[in-house]
Amino acid sequence: MSNSTDTYAVPGVGAGLLDVYRRRYLLKLIVRKELRVRYRGSVLGLAWSYVKPLVQYVVLFFALGIVLRVGDQIPNYALYMFSGVIVINFFTEAFSNATRSIVWNAALVKKIYLPRELFPVASVWVAAVHFLPQLVVLMAAALLTGWHPDVMQLFGAVLGFIIVAVTATGLGLLAGAINVFFRDAENIVDMLMMIVTWTSPVLYDWTMIRRLAAPWVLTVYQLNPITVAVELFHWAFWYPTVTRPVELPPHLLLTGFAGLGMAAVFLIIGQLVFRRLEGHFAQEV
Amino acid sequence: MGAAVIVKGLKKTFNLRHSHSMKETLVWLAKGRKGDLTKRFDALHDVSFEIQPGETVALLGFNGSGKSTLLKLISGVILPDKGTVRTKGRVAGLIEVGAGFHPDLSGRENVYLNAAILGMSEQEINEKFDDIVAFSEIEQFIDTEVKFYSSGMFLRLAFAVAVHTQPDIFLVDEILAVGDEPFQKKCLAKIKQLSDEGRTLVVVSHDLDMISRICDRGVVLSSGTVQFEGPADQAVAWLRERN
Repeated sequence: MSNSTDTYAVPGVGAGLLDVYRRRYLLKLIVRKELRVRYRGSVLGLAWSYVKPLVQYVVLFFALGIVLRVGDQIPNYALYMFSGVIVINFFTEAFSNATRSIVWNAALVKKIYLPRELFPVASVWVAAVHFLPQLVVLMAAALLTGWHPDVMQLFGAVLGFIIVAVTATGLGLLAGAINVFFRDAENIVDMLMMIVTWTSPVLYDWTMIRRLAAPWVLTVYQLNPITVAVELFHWAFWYPTVTRPVELPPHLLLTGFAGLGMAAVFLIIGQLVFRRLEGHFAQEV
Repeated sequence: MGAAVIVKGLKKTFNLRHSHSMKETLVWLAKGRKGDLTKRFDALHDVSFEIQPGETVALLGFNGSGKSTLLKLISGVILPDKGTVRTKGRVAGLIEVGAGFHPDLSGRENVYLNAAILGMSEQEINEKFDDIVAFSEIEQFIDTEVKFYSSGMFLRLAFAVAVHTQPDIFLVDEILAVGDEPFQKKCLAKIKQLSDEGRTLVVVSHDLDMISRICDRGVVLSSGTVQFEGPADQAVAWLRERN
């Protein structure tokens, strides 16, 4: 531990997320533990996380693109939808597992001191490990439909990923801490996860919101960091494959940075609430 | 050169009922926080003492006197409601057998996880790994999942990891009871060695004979307050008188 031997430490009080960075080796072991436990007794193991999104994409491609011909309104609809779906998948898995992470690790939390922020952060990390195969499937599908992104678009994708990861960490810290005291939190989060697909342009496109609602509604809509991330992913993976003119949301990169700002606000709130409640975890969980 | 552990005016209160729902709490808040939502229990009340570096101190008392709560406060697992705890140097605790062990991981993986939780770096663990396994004497089962271990094997591995973290302050709670006699002897020898190296030890045990043998000093707790503090054999005698 970083305590030097001639200064006094206050046991059980850490430096929050900074401690997670300092003890990243432990974070790595916890992530590995989660993955190991998740895939125990499974022959394919992590390969499952490639198979599932692949099947999902193939179904979207045939059912929506070819049979239902949704692509008549939104070109290359299967790719449009899939690039949004993987963002939502990442966010949903990261947020709901982070919410449960403290309770799931009750055995550790109760008996031994370690920075408890490690658990929600590890959940987001595990979700990122599962996100990677989906990204590979997405990129393969994009390449097959003529993908040629420029550097800014790729930067947009990275920005979108960071926004989702930070938002999920912040909200996960908040909900994970509350969940120790009220298990209602995980049900509320599950409910939110059903809504989140519809509050972002995953299945439809953003121009529908502009057509149906007042301009300020669109502004509020764009303040949702997940919406911004989905739009950035559309820009990076779907837009370069489209041959006929489509309208992108205005000021995409600027909204991206606003989304990052929102995500940072969530992170700060999450960390503050977590720190306030952390002292009671061991006796309440 | 100050004390290794300083405990000042500690108070710890527990809620006796935990399963309150959000509904109950909202009703309680709406009624203007009338009455207590849960019953409370003072596990510790105004506990103060100091432990000097290199000392071996026993925390004594009957069941429910607050010994384990005190140890958990020193290790940082729980935080005090009032008062302060200060520690100097690396603290390692064997507070419960198998704390920080995951049943679905192998012994090897658990050694790494547990040692990292106790604050060791990857390099340190790599260097000490063979010593840890040798000390535990369960080489044969090191790649078996821990859920198949007996409680004795569990204890061996947990103790082996904890002593190899080179703690400045080592907390041991009533765990030596599980091991067989040869292993207990080995653990006691190791504890003695740690103590000779100038490390601070805090021991909780009901084995009063062992305590008067290995400890310098005893702190007797009863109903959450310090009742007696002095040389270990006197503390043991004090406790026996009230038995």
